[in-house]
Amino acid sequence: MTTTVAKADEGTEAPYALSHLDALESEAVHIFREVAGEFERPVVLFSGGKDSIVMLHLALKAFAPAAVPFSLLHVDTGHNFPEVLEYRDRTVARHGLRLHVASVQDYIDRGVLKERPDGTRNPLQTLPLTEKIQAEKFDAVFGGGRRDEEKARAKERVFSLRDEFSQWDPRRQRPELWNLYNGRHAPGEHVRVFPLSNWTELDVWQYIAREGIELPEIYFAHEREVFSRSGMWLTAGEWGGPKDGESVEKRLVRYRTVGDMSCTGAVDSDAVTLEQVITEIAASRLTERGATRADDKMSEAAMEDRKREGYF
Amino acid sequence: MTTTTELTETTLLRFATAGSVDDGKSTLVGRLLHDSKSILTDQLEAVERASASRGAEGPDLALLTDGLRAEREQGITIDVAYRYFATPKRRFILADTPGHVQYTRNMVTGASTAELTVILIDARNGVVEQTRRHAALAALLRVPHVVLAVNKMDLVDYAEPVFAAIAEEFTAYALELGVPEVTAIPISALAGDNVVEPSANMDWYGGPTVLEHLETVPVTHDLSHCHARLPVQYVIRPQTAEHPDYRGYAGQIAAGSFRVGEQITVLPSGRSTKIAGIDLLGEPVDVAWTTQSVTILLEDDIDISRGDLLVPSKDAPPTTQDIEATVCHVADAPLTVGHRVLLKHGTRTVKAIVKDIPSRLTLADLSLHPHPGQLVANDIGRVKIRTAEPLPVDSYSDSRRTGSFILIDPNDGTTLTAGMVGESFASPEPVKDESEDDGWDF
Repeated sequence: MTTTVAKADEGTEAPYALSHLDALESEAVHIFREVAGEFERPVVLFSGGKDSIVMLHLALKAFAPAAVPFSLLHVDTGHNFPEVLEYRDRTVARHGLRLHVASVQDYIDRGVLKERPDGTRNPLQTLPLTEKIQAEKFDAVFGGGRRDEEKARAKERVFSLRDEFSQWDPRRQRPELWNLYNGRHAPGEHVRVFPLSNWTELDVWQYIAREGIELPEIYFAHEREVFSRSGMWLTAGEWGGPKDGESVEKRLVRYRTVGDMSCTGAVDSDAVTLEQVITEIAASRLTERGATRADDKMSEAAMEDRKREGYF
Repeated sequence: MTTTTELTETTLLRFATAGSVDDGKSTLVGRLLHDSKSILTDQLEAVERASASRGAEGPDLALLTDGLRAEREQGITIDVAYRYFATPKRRFILADTPGHVQYTRNMVTGASTAELTVILIDARNGVVEQTRRHAALAALLRVPHVVLAVNKMDLVDYAEPVFAAIAEEFTAYALELGVPEVTAIPISALAGDNVVEPSANMDWYGGPTVLEHLETVPVTHDLSHCHARLPVQYVIRPQTAEHPDYRGYAGQIAAGSFRVGEQITVLPSGRSTKIAGIDLLGEPVDVAWTTQSVTILLEDDIDISRGDLLVPSKDAPPTTQDIEATVCHVADAPLTVGHRVLLKHGTRTVKAIVKDIPSRLTLADLSLHPHPGQLVANDIGRVKIRTAEPLPVDSYSDSRRTGSFILIDPNDGTTLTAGMVGESFASPEPVKDESEDDGWDF
């Protein structure tokens, strides 16, 4: 009736067991190679945030010793952390990659997009991104999205079909069976590809530690002038803070995610090494976005609506 | 249970759930996530807020897992959702699939990558038609481990005879279908008995809790009896001053293992050579195995491209243009005889035509309906397919990755059908065959 299972001691599954990081790495590499084999013009969304840094690291491994057969695309909100932009440019130069930039500031300057009253620019990224994809005729766009990030993402496919308006229709998404990804699409449509679909935040950090991947400094504890808004520490700056009634103070903080300055909050931390950061995260009782992303708190359906419009 | 502060590398188990909302599946999943400390404060707060705004009394754990607005409005789950949690012993990927009869295709999708399936039963109802469907799907998809979670034991006074009768009936049925292993566990997802913590109410049960079983079930198999297979995804040719002659064949090992020095054959061309080196993502190794992504270097310059299959010369599959398979139709438009499709097998996509649909299978009682003419969404049936080029296919019972394929609509790219080459079930068993003349070919 009940089949008893022998207690597996550590290591008894060797030599044919893959560790969880090896399994996730192997799967991500498989996804990169599938896209390289089946698409004409893939591009990797690269923000200088930890998820896109891990994506690029995996892409480099997937095609070594040859070059990565994709270019990079950064949607620049105009409110990026200078440390992150510096990291981005250094990384692009080091690997001899080509970087495309879609600039939100350009769209605002041209009057195509309007600054929001709250100064948040994350929701404004959709149009520059989708127009760049159309203009460059990218047919596969790698994103660092993970299915553990948010409930609407739990149902996202690894290969996520978008129409010519970059819209995501949950009813048009294809079942993904075994590891047989279906990348077929009509001209003008493209596929968003998420190689980190099955990774969690902790997996990403453990992998960064294991591989010795360098990150922008703002991921580690540092002194910074911040002010409190909506329960988050935001960086003081020209983008729109502090406002009346908000006071600036110097605190020891680090960032768990990296996005637009206006909606990416820092957390109090004295973790200066990767190990300390990982220990802090593992013990943390808040998911990364809940703690630090104002834009995901909008509403229960906020993420779903933005995905439909063509957000990441 | 401690929190997941263990920072060592563990193993990964992919598993799926089958069962309906009424069986308490959302509660079981919620309980696994909650009791393994995988639900964090802000997620719980969001659930509490949403529950309160709907006038619910306590937090509804099912809200943790219902992702899309359409579902929240209708109170159903309409798709496969993937959940992630970890314990110090193992990392888990859960394909959470709705158990309603219309969603066979979602269960097939979830089970296709699963090493284990948890089938949920309401102890008050016992083995019902839906349970038999779930068992049949687990058997069809060749999921190595099946867990029968007999839920709501609190509503039958935690009575051992109730559990024993259900476990016995289910296990006999599943083994008959060829399910290799069944573990039956009496639980109460609502009260928490035997999900994560052992139950004080059922001291007659001496086995593992659901989570203990998930943590200890083997995730590897003896590879010595597997046919080694490597579908070539991509050819890596740097053509740089540093690597002028490097030519590597990149792919994820689909089955078995490969060793440096081994004699291999390239299919479909049939040319043979030896493995000169194996590059495991930047590290040379002597041996590599399923599911590692590798780059293979060969001793001779052979013309090899994406879509080819590398196999040991002493263990090559036959190539064929006539495939007979059990399929699950996953698209809204039907699959008909004469349908022109694309077939993706491994890394090769070829033109194909549906030559015949000999029968449709009713999962609940395993009866066969000869010559249905077409298969509609969620149908399981047998098909005969003729491909434009010879393909090296294995039987799905030998190799889940090289014995499976998908059919694609050449016009709009829709994924039409999931296919499994060869016989449906591991062991032929007596079924009610409605056709007089054909023998049992399932």
